[in-house]
Amino acid sequence: MTPDLSFWTMQTLNALQLSMLLFLLSVGLTVIFGLMHFVNLAHGALYALGAYFAATLASHAGFWVALLLAPLGVAVVGMALYGGLIQRMRKSGPMAQVLVTFGLIFVLLDLTRIFWGDLALAITPPAILAGRVDILGVGYPAYRLFIIALGLGIFAALALILSRTQIGAMIRAGVDNDDMAACMGINVERLFFIVFCVGCGLAGLAGAVAAPLLSVTPGMGLEILIPTLIVIVIGGLGSLKGAIAGSLIYGFVQTFGAVLLPGVASILIYALLAAVLLLKPVGLFPAKG
Amino acid sequence: MRKTLTAALTGLATILAAQSALAERVNVGLLLPFSGVYASLGNEIEAGFRLGLEHFSDDLGVEINIIREDTEVNPANGLARARKLVMQDGADVLVGIVSSGVLGAIRDFVHGAQVPLIVANAGNDEATGERCSPYITRLSFSNGQVNRPMGRWMAEQGVRRVYTLGADYAAGRQMVGGFTEAFVEAGGEIVGQGWTPFQQTQDFGPYLAQARASGAEALFVFYAGGEAISFVNQYDSFGMAEVMPLYGSGFLTSQLYVNAQGESANGVITSLHYVPTADNPENTAFVEAFQASIGRLPSEYGVQGYDSARALVEAIRTGATDRESLANALRQVSFEGPRGALSIDPATNNVIQPIFVYETVSGENGAMTQKVLATLPAEADPANGCVMPAPVTN
Repeated sequence: MTPDLSFWTMQTLNALQLSMLLFLLSVGLTVIFGLMHFVNLAHGALYALGAYFAATLASHAGFWVALLLAPLGVAVVGMALYGGLIQRMRKSGPMAQVLVTFGLIFVLLDLTRIFWGDLALAITPPAILAGRVDILGVGYPAYRLFIIALGLGIFAALALILSRTQIGAMIRAGVDNDDMAACMGINVERLFFIVFCVGCGLAGLAGAVAAPLLSVTPGMGLEILIPTLIVIVIGGLGSLKGAIAGSLIYGFVQTFGAVLLPGVASILIYALLAAVLLLKPVGLFPAKG
Repeated sequence: MRKTLTAALTGLATILAAQSALAERVNVGLLLPFSGVYASLGNEIEAGFRLGLEHFSDDLGVEINIIREDTEVNPANGLARARKLVMQDGADVLVGIVSSGVLGAIRDFVHGAQVPLIVANAGNDEATGERCSPYITRLSFSNGQVNRPMGRWMAEQGVRRVYTLGADYAAGRQMVGGFTEAFVEAGGEIVGQGWTPFQQTQDFGPYLAQARASGAEALFVFYAGGEAISFVNQYDSFGMAEVMPLYGSGFLTSQLYVNAQGESANGVITSLHYVPTADNPENTAFVEAFQASIGRLPSEYGVQGYDSARALVEAIRTGATDRESLANALRQVSFEGPRGALSIDPATNNVIQPIFVYETVSGENGAMTQKVLATLPAEADPANGCVMPAPVTN
């Protein structure tokens, strides 16, 4: 077997694509955590919900409508969760929060099973993204390039919002010291609410984007949860930079591990996680240095 | 006092008399996953099982009482449920088991308690090999059985160099292993093998790129369920079909989810012990009845449930109603079913059945369907270290 340049190009694109999908998921989770000190383990379940919303919408109104509306739908579910549960749990300790959101995973899992059944669903990507694009002599699926572009686009937009806008400054202030931010007249509660809903919406977007690539099954949220948690632990809690760095590390280690060291591919990322926890327990780019 | 006692005794006698006048009753413990990753399989097997009872148990004269329990695809839980069914509910026979892990966990209990178990899915080779039991009869398939004939068939078709991919767990290793062994024996060459972490792999891109770089003529894979859907869709999106045709174990393109794969599955050639398009009158009747009651075409899981019910009924018809006689009778059932002629191998208690090689093609109304390319003759598995007494002839 003689892998040539096109082989490595393809694997690099594969790694990027996986990274971007994980980025969409982890950025919401990490910013919610950084701002609210709240571990929302049900984030993965919201991702699955996004995929199911997209599958239903796509069969009635087409892919693009689904891609637009599914994240909004998940954001609405996020609103309901926030009002009904999260807000009350804000003052309880992390253990209670972890338990409640862990329980929420199973509630949402069973709800998806009741509404959509046990059989896996699928979405076909739109015709314009169905083919392959030639990159350095490699025919790479257009839909995967779309995911990479979308991930980079969302990253750029979030970076811009966080560093250049007033609400971005407020969020940064909140992450840094929420008591002080409240004293300065920032409505921290409203900020929490907005960030939580946007985070949920991004999880829904990740689900909708993943649906044509993967199969839509009730268990997909649980499967993605651990990679997402690994990403934010490696990257560092609460920061955009950490989320993108952690996602890229995960994507590349996972992809090239599978190629170069197939025997240990499945434990490589856990070894890296352990190393990060030992050497830099706060992660590579934590929000609070 | 004496009057009361007489009245009570008379009452008791009446109840006893009424009971013996009633038909005999067989308690069936249906042990399947109704939640967790294999819930769809559990539901399909139950649907097939109930349909089978409906079809075959007319004028049986024995009442069949079903008690269902959920294994949750968890070995420890499966064992607890099996104990409950046997010890508390007095099950005379257990039917079900989707996961090989659960089968491994309950094997010693079932064997020790001498309760007959009809395996309606789990395919691990050891269950009818070195860990076989006269109480465990398998009506579904063994992992090797489904794939060995495919190895020979592909070699006969002139395919010489193959790359394999599979989910890295016991069943995946046995499925791909069965194929590999037969393919190499028939003169083929395996140019490389990839194993993807089971239920942790969402993106098959890296593995597909590696298969492509191997320069093999064809790709043989084993995936099932959600992984099968993702795999086939991703295989297609990389345009692999043009350079490396896809073969596999038939679970890859099971009727249960082939329509979620859609056009991506077009042209994939696989082998399995059942296809809904199998051309025989039993299958036509089964498919019609299944469609009428469930509203979709049956898959191999449905037929496994259906045939399990039929095997149970045939065993009861020989006069068996208690655990010992049922176990003995189940080892000797044989019938013409939707899969063709089925019988049980007395040496291992595994089913002997023909294997279909089929191509998935587009059918009417955009639905995918199966075109049978070959029906390979039934053959018994090697005993694989299974030693047990022969059944007592009925």
